[in-house]
Amino acid sequence: MAQAQAARETFRERIAKRTQHGDGIFWGLTLFFALLVIVLVLAILWVTWSDSQLARERFGLAFFTSGEWNPVETEVNPVSFGAMPAIVGTLISSAIALILAAPVAIGIGIFLAELCPPAIRTPLSFMVELLAAIPSVIYGVWGVMVFAPFFTQNVARPMSETIGQIVPWLGGNVASGRGLLIVGIILSIMILPTIAAITRDVLTLVPNTQREVMLALGATRWEVIWLSVVPYARAGIIGAVMLGLGRALGETMAATMLVGNRPQVPETLFEPATTAAALVASELVNSQTLIHESALVLIALALFAITLLLNLSARLLIWYMNRGPVGRTRA
Amino acid sequence: MQRHLVRPVLLMIAFVLFMSTFVITAQTQAQTQPTPTPRPQATPTRPRATPTPRPRRTPTPRPQAATPTAQPTAPAAWAPRQISGVALQGSGATFPNPLYQAWISVYKNVVPGVTISYQAVGSGQGQRDFIRYLTDFGGTDSALPADRIAAEAPDALHVPMVIGAVVPTYNLPGLPAGTVLRFSAETLSGIYLGEITRWNDPKIVADNPGVPLPDLSITPVYRSDSSGTTSIWTDYLSKVSETWRTRVGAGTTVRWPAGIGAPGNAGVAGTVVRTEGAIGYVEQAYAIGNRLSVPAVKNAAGNYVLPTPETVSAAAAGVTIPEDLRFSITNPQGANSYPIAGLTWILIRSQTYTDVPKAQALTDFLYWCLTEGQGAAIRLGYVQLPTEVRLRAMAQLNKVRVRGEQVFTTPPR
Repeated sequence: MAQAQAARETFRERIAKRTQHGDGIFWGLTLFFALLVIVLVLAILWVTWSDSQLARERFGLAFFTSGEWNPVETEVNPVSFGAMPAIVGTLISSAIALILAAPVAIGIGIFLAELCPPAIRTPLSFMVELLAAIPSVIYGVWGVMVFAPFFTQNVARPMSETIGQIVPWLGGNVASGRGLLIVGIILSIMILPTIAAITRDVLTLVPNTQREVMLALGATRWEVIWLSVVPYARAGIIGAVMLGLGRALGETMAATMLVGNRPQVPETLFEPATTAAALVASELVNSQTLIHESALVLIALALFAITLLLNLSARLLIWYMNRGPVGRTRA
Repeated sequence: MQRHLVRPVLLMIAFVLFMSTFVITAQTQAQTQPTPTPRPQATPTRPRATPTPRPRRTPTPRPQAATPTAQPTAPAAWAPRQISGVALQGSGATFPNPLYQAWISVYKNVVPGVTISYQAVGSGQGQRDFIRYLTDFGGTDSALPADRIAAEAPDALHVPMVIGAVVPTYNLPGLPAGTVLRFSAETLSGIYLGEITRWNDPKIVADNPGVPLPDLSITPVYRSDSSGTTSIWTDYLSKVSETWRTRVGAGTTVRWPAGIGAPGNAGVAGTVVRTEGAIGYVEQAYAIGNRLSVPAVKNAAGNYVLPTPETVSAAAAGVTIPEDLRFSITNPQGANSYPIAGLTWILIRSQTYTDVPKAQALTDFLYWCLTEGQGAAIRLGYVQLPTEVRLRAMAQLNKVRVRGEQVFTTPPR
């Protein structure tokens, strides 16, 4: 009996010895996948850096402050490239998108997670997620065919004629309505479901004790949500907003269909402008000279840097907010 | 870190490095040598390929007298060589892509052993791929600039394949049914320079006597993606307008003085259709296919001409053709020439092919396209090259040499 027991032990040990290597291999494999991400980022950085060398050497830092974009040498206008229109266009359109989308999306998320009657929660969540899955070219087509004519007639023209007389960047000539405002609005619709869906997921993960404690103290629903649930999930909500911002910054197809594609810093929001992603996507395919190609790659690098910086600042923000205690005490 | 896990990780990293060296060597090989495995040239697939110093036809073709009998067929005795196991890679212009794909699929039945693939990635990318030896042939709507040929592809040959016309299109509500607007060169350049901003401008009225033109602002629409269509359009505007030439110039992307950009033919057409008072420019085939309003344009001889296969083909016949076949056919002489058109070329190499069967297959294919393939070109709505240009294009194929030996000889007609 005892002998048999001992034999079984050694057998088990043998199995254990054999299988513990499996853990090692698994660990190595997952580490490899994780490292692959870093390798990819570095590879992108390296390629954009080396391919933009020509433009970096020729224009230097002035590239980012110059608004001239002329790919063809003529007697009057020399070839010149500047990233200002692309960067300004990207930042303004994304900012508009974020300002319009973030409050609405967070509201949707809170409703779905906290207030929604169970009967409509599933269909509503499903619709929000469906909105997130629509390819951007469809938003672009809808924008061109349906929204742009409506926007020009009923939003851009009246705005330009009334408020535009006082605020210069909302006035000016509205020819076709193509510009940063319409792109910002379309982008806001595109990023809305992303932010809403993640906000909802994050809020549902907040432990019920948070809510119960507040309720036990006699808090109203508003107080429960704003003083306890949302602060607990704020890191996740900021993450959701950043993800939406990332999508807005990099959006190419819908932007190029609606922005008007004019590499100039626009004077008003209704003037044709451009964004970094739209400019690179439209001109790189048939770029005429090496310096043209190089300048476009440099804009891509700038876009990469912008997204990186924004992500870093979001991280900093989360870290800064998480230093204090979760939640807020009422005075 | 657990010690016994160090080894697998090191192995992984070593594996990654090992694979990356593969990628790098493959890239450098692709850049230095188009085909890393040169076949023995002493085994030709057909007897004709032996380097007999036969008197070659001079590249200059027969005199113009041959033009009226435009025969799009090859001489009866000619058939492409049955080469097997050859794959040809090409990339470039999107405008001729439907035609190239049709040619490729038909040619697969003519010579089953030759597999050809063409990727429509745009003229600029096609030129780049060709120069970097990533492809065997390139398609382009704009000829390689002379300095680029000298620096990067000294043995590049331009073989024109078909003609593409670019037509203006407009959205002007309230015109009497059946009205065909007419534009002079000054009007078109004025509109795109932003100098003519309303439809009832005296210049447009002068072009269209009797047409009730509304007091509506003009929105010029251009291609936001760099394209050969833009190249033809701006080349035309540069030729007809001194202001355009000095201020804007010609190219696949230019600094537009006015208007809005939309991506692709479809984007331009869609924007024009949905913006009252807009004017744009698209490829002729696209305008026909989508029944857009196409105006008549005043040519160099002073006549207003609508784009038809005859008027567009006449454009290429009305210019002097240079030896290297890199030429523009915008604003040509000739009473019946449509002024806004361009050639589309296939780029091939005259000296640096290393693989005899490959070079033979490529030249055979191109010769077949220029002869038998012309029927498909007409059916698909492309405009045929005039006979003289086509003969000159065929003569380009005679210049292809592999290690000094000619691989193709135009059959006597």
